[in-house]
Amino acid sequence: MKKWSLLLLVLFMAVSTFLAGCSGDSSNSGQSSKGANGATKLTLWTFGEQHAKFFEFMADEWNKTHPDKKIQLETTTYPYDDMHNKLLLSLQSGVGAPDIVDIEISRFSNYLKGKPQLVELNDIIDPVKDKAIQSRFDIYSKDGKYYGIDFHVGATVIYYNKELLDKAGVNPDEIVTWDDFREAGKKVVSATGKPMMTIETDGPWTYWPLVVQQGSDFYDKDGKVILDKDINIKTLTFLKQLLDEKIAIAAPGGNHHAEEYYGFMNKGGAASVVMPMWYMVRFTDYMPDLKGKIIIKPMPKWTADGKRSAGMGGTGTAITNQCKNVELAKEFLAFAKLSKEANIQIWKQLGFDPIRWDVWSDSALKEPNKYTEYFGDYIFDVLMSVKDEINSPTVTENTPKMNELVVQTVLYKVLKEKSMSPEQALKKVADEMRKQ
Amino acid sequence: MQTVPRKRTGNGIIFSQKAAPYIFVSPFILSFLLFFLYPSISTIIMSFQEVLPGETKFIGVENYKKLLNPHFYAALRNTTIYTIWTLIILIPLPLVLAVILNSKAIPGRNFFRSAYFIPALTSTIVVGVVFRLIFGELESAPANTLLKWLGLPPQQWTMHWGTGMFLMVFLASWKWLGVNILYFLSGLQNIPKELYESAEMDGAGAFRKFFYITLPLLKPVVIYVLTISIFGGFRMYEESFVFWQNQSPGDIGLTLVGYIYQEGFMNNDMGFGSAVGIVLLIIVFVINIIQLKVTGAFRKEG
Repeated sequence: MKKWSLLLLVLFMAVSTFLAGCSGDSSNSGQSSKGANGATKLTLWTFGEQHAKFFEFMADEWNKTHPDKKIQLETTTYPYDDMHNKLLLSLQSGVGAPDIVDIEISRFSNYLKGKPQLVELNDIIDPVKDKAIQSRFDIYSKDGKYYGIDFHVGATVIYYNKELLDKAGVNPDEIVTWDDFREAGKKVVSATGKPMMTIETDGPWTYWPLVVQQGSDFYDKDGKVILDKDINIKTLTFLKQLLDEKIAIAAPGGNHHAEEYYGFMNKGGAASVVMPMWYMVRFTDYMPDLKGKIIIKPMPKWTADGKRSAGMGGTGTAITNQCKNVELAKEFLAFAKLSKEANIQIWKQLGFDPIRWDVWSDSALKEPNKYTEYFGDYIFDVLMSVKDEINSPTVTENTPKMNELVVQTVLYKVLKEKSMSPEQALKKVADEMRKQ
Repeated sequence: MQTVPRKRTGNGIIFSQKAAPYIFVSPFILSFLLFFLYPSISTIIMSFQEVLPGETKFIGVENYKKLLNPHFYAALRNTTIYTIWTLIILIPLPLVLAVILNSKAIPGRNFFRSAYFIPALTSTIVVGVVFRLIFGELESAPANTLLKWLGLPPQQWTMHWGTGMFLMVFLASWKWLGVNILYFLSGLQNIPKELYESAEMDGAGAFRKFFYITLPLLKPVVIYVLTISIFGGFRMYEESFVFWQNQSPGDIGLTLVGYIYQEGFMNNDMGFGSAVGIVLLIIVFVINIIQLKVTGAFRKEG
């Protein structure tokens, strides 16, 4: 008996020091505490340094216009994987999550599994819904409730290297359909010896936009797997043909974000690349030698009345259910991401195509910045012309896994290893995903 | 009257011979309970659950049934082959190098000892970045330049299964060689010199001395290194992570721990991730038990 009581005492002493440590911690992060100047503290996690700067800027603006409801925004930038995993664990365990958080689209559906641990945002989204690209809200929704607000549309465009096209005597305006593109590609290859385009074999950003562009997807609107649909097989077959005919090559490094790729493109390695608008910053920052040589055009169409863009990628900013000041956080989020001013700032500071199309024609977007210097000031004219042609992908709970398999199995086996036909590979993965 | 007994009990607890052992072991017991036993038990429980916020429920052996899929097999195959390669390279090579470095005849042996050990001090992630650049895909990358020099075609190192496995094994060998040399060196220093002297008097050469004295006397160290290498091989994660960040094409770099991470965190399926973890635990446990039985480590000997 005495032994046990001693043991208990020792345990108690040690545990109490542990607990003391914990309680010290939690009082520090007490989210509802007011700062020294009466400002309410809001915490925000993101995985992008630029996003953090943008939110800090918007918080300053908010404090200028709302002196009665000042906030003190504490932003923390974590590496991509770290942040998403930390968030998953803190939402799973119910403690430690921030008030506001940036969640990347391919991970977003993880947080909607089961009972979403995020706050419904319908009341701030509804007033501006008709002035914005609707599909950008749908990708962060579940059962008609919206949980995230994006930065950008991510309209996919095609970036041509004008120098190479000129050498081959190809006029980009005459490339209307993908068949035109293929013919033009043959000319470019024979005149310059350079491939017409690069295809991601280790990333989704070539195949997926082309599929979404045609109104197809990996899942249909009801969440059923349609990966092995005819359109999808045809699209992949087309890409494989481009590779086989040497009109296109697999992107060096496997995808359009690899160091090898930037170096390759910067030296004028290929005549075009299909990527969303947010890829502009990679050109300005990693491919400085192409300044003035790149022109932005809508994507070629598949059919005469086909669409010429697709909204890809994205980051949904959400409010977690651990937030103590949900109303204030919502108001701030609406101000920072849905207001007209915010959408102009999103372009100015981040170089993204903002979700509200009613600002696209605003004169503020013509003001010179590093993007207009690099590409010219017609960027939003291109965007305006495809405004009604921007499909967004369907995101379901299993999207992270689906994309993983499409990239690692389908694209790799068909385009890189060439050990499977497009049909076989797509069927195989579709069957596997149907079992989920 | 009142203060005396209280003082005595106070002293009694602090100086009591019975309490002292408990106080001394309590940090270990506590950290064991908190950071090992509790997580282990909840992993076992979670492996039978579908873990979703607000909707966690038991689903029987559903998670284990899901294990029968090509990705798990790929992970198991990669991990096993990787482990075998590290065993083939990381035991004989350091052993020979340790014997060489232990001999007084080698000039600058202290320099070599530290030179071999330095890689172990660097972070795998940092080294991985450098390795990724060396083994880049372009023809101008250092490794491909070397191949061209030798008249061989350039490789897309991270795109194929064979070269991918080579990268992981190479990185691991480079990093852990020095550590294993260190183990063997410390073992060698415990072998009495008299044995070698008498063997020399009997006319034994360098090879005979190595096989008949060094190897048998190093056996405990070899078994130890073998055991931790098996653990190390099966828990490998960083070597694959630095090259592919968990996104290896065609699962060429998928390891069991990488699979846990992928399913548990990236796809938010903690229950399934736990099941993979439990299976990994069982595999490592069984292999090591067999290995220790075969090598005779359970028999009581020095």
